[in-house]
Amino acid sequence: MNKPWIWAWLAAALAFSATLGLTSGRGASELAYAALSFGAFAAIVGLGQMLVITLGPGNVDLSIPATMTLAATLALKAMGGNPGTALMGLGIALSVGVAVGVANYALIFLLRLPPIIATLAASLVYQSFAIWSNRGLRIKPPQDLADFSTGRLLGLPNVAWVGLVLACITWVVLERSVWGRWLLASGQNLRAARLAGIPVELVRASTYVTVAVFAAIAGFLLASFSGGAALNMGAEYLLMSIAVVVIGGSSIAGGDSNVPGVWGAALFMFLVVSMLNSYGAGAGVRNVLTGTIIIGIVIAASSRRIRA
Amino acid sequence: MTFLARHRIVLPVVSLAVLLAATFYMQPRAMSYFGLNLLFNLAVPIALATIAQMMIIMVNDIDLSLGAFVSLTACVTATFLQDAPLIGALIMLSLILSYAALGALIHAFDLPAIVVTLGMSFVWGGLALFILPSPGGSSPEWLRALMTVKPPFAPMAVVAAIIIALVTHLLIMRSGIGTVLRGVGGNARSVGRAGWSLIRLKALAYGLAGLFGVLAGMTLVGLTTAADANIAMRYTLLSIAGVILGGGEFIGGKVSPTGAVIGALTLTLAASFLSFMRLSSDWQIGAQGAILILVLTARLIFRQGGRT
Repeated sequence: MNKPWIWAWLAAALAFSATLGLTSGRGASELAYAALSFGAFAAIVGLGQMLVITLGPGNVDLSIPATMTLAATLALKAMGGNPGTALMGLGIALSVGVAVGVANYALIFLLRLPPIIATLAASLVYQSFAIWSNRGLRIKPPQDLADFSTGRLLGLPNVAWVGLVLACITWVVLERSVWGRWLLASGQNLRAARLAGIPVELVRASTYVTVAVFAAIAGFLLASFSGGAALNMGAEYLLMSIAVVVIGGSSIAGGDSNVPGVWGAALFMFLVVSMLNSYGAGAGVRNVLTGTIIIGIVIAASSRRIRA
Repeated sequence: MTFLARHRIVLPVVSLAVLLAATFYMQPRAMSYFGLNLLFNLAVPIALATIAQMMIIMVNDIDLSLGAFVSLTACVTATFLQDAPLIGALIMLSLILSYAALGALIHAFDLPAIVVTLGMSFVWGGLALFILPSPGGSSPEWLRALMTVKPPFAPMAVVAAIIIALVTHLLIMRSGIGTVLRGVGGNARSVGRAGWSLIRLKALAYGLAGLFGVLAGMTLVGLTTAADANIAMRYTLLSIAGVILGGGEFIGGKVSPTGAVIGALTLTLAASFLSFMRLSSDWQIGAQGAILILVLTARLIFRQGGRT
């Protein structure tokens, strides 16, 4: 059991079967499909957050919700619901991601702000920008893009495919590329990594850009999926992105990341809510239990670590 | 060490003074008893929440659940404390004790505080929804009277801020136990070697945070006269920003209670200042972010002054 991601998947499977236990097995494929669709958004932002957290203590991106909203708002506004503009919209979302990432890192590097404060303060600016640019108007995504984001391929939702492809790329880059090794080394010991000649600041810069790009992609897809960008669309993904990283078995202290765990945890976070819903729990009880389960998993993971 | 580097308190004081001067310049009529009262109206709960966050940051942790916790205590104040004061007081006491237990738990299992408090934010938020599913409740009469009292010379908010700063300064900077608590943040191991029980100290720090969280919720209801389950969600980020604005550091037990209160006042004033500037409401949040970045940039200049 030295694979930390197993726990997230076990928990997801448990929540899945507990939900189905109530319906005596009916609706299994529908539930799995919904979990993959909604889990995909959490997984995409979680992958980005995982890379940042891997950078080591104090590194976390709190601007993910604002980035999602800003990218989705600007992209949908530019597309204006016209068919055939999907690629242009994606391009705009991606450039918003890059711009936000560069701005975040500039604050962290040039002003030497702690990343928590830098991304927090910057996210207020991004959010204002999103409010100013759409003024509460809800622009529908182009039909072809809406069809894509709610469609399926080989039985799996398209958004899940996007999430899986991004996860595979992240995994290969982390495990097999020089950049991934640099990232892990920086996260384990920044000073040692710098002394070993690793371009630490370059690694940090590219990580902050990557997380913003992932958030932009998630925002773009989420807006297309749900029929338009809303100003609060990213709100729940702030805690979600951190939760899936930790439940997925990545070390919060950095230097040790876990790609499969992020997906397992993303599925789990959706399944546990639908499980509690199907047992008729109200919003209050649902939140209390979700929180208790998160803490329970963290305690379980830590006692395993102490024994090892 | 230069003068500025030795006296961390100078920068927060100067920031507040500059912002206050700018506000008076924009709106000379604010330079009165009532003007000040309006400007700092909501400062008391924010200052108390910032002190609560400071207790956690003092022992090298961070509390992402504070906003949800203050919302919960506000809901308890507006319901139980109003209808059945004894039960209300017991609930508050058990909330403070559970905060202390949380600190002990985090220390005993060596858990990442950021994740545990993240999970707790779901729990507190869920309990708040449970107690008060829709906005409502009412403020206890005595609390309302206390918060609207009009002391001579200076408005309530200013007097209260001075009292909070004085009491916490004596507790954290001057008393023996306060010094030991800051030592936990500085070097936990040597405090442990010196014969102190670390688990008790952590529980004490968290318990103090719980106490100030409860006070924040109560004073908030005294001002707003009603509560809802999301009333103080933004306090999580505001309190972190307040501690850092006040010259605190995320690690090393370097905190300043006076600075934290001044930081909270600065953040409150920034919001009032922006509404005086007749800034389009689209940009108000963003401008708050920009002010935050600006003040922190000033901190950088001042730190470099300390290095040379």
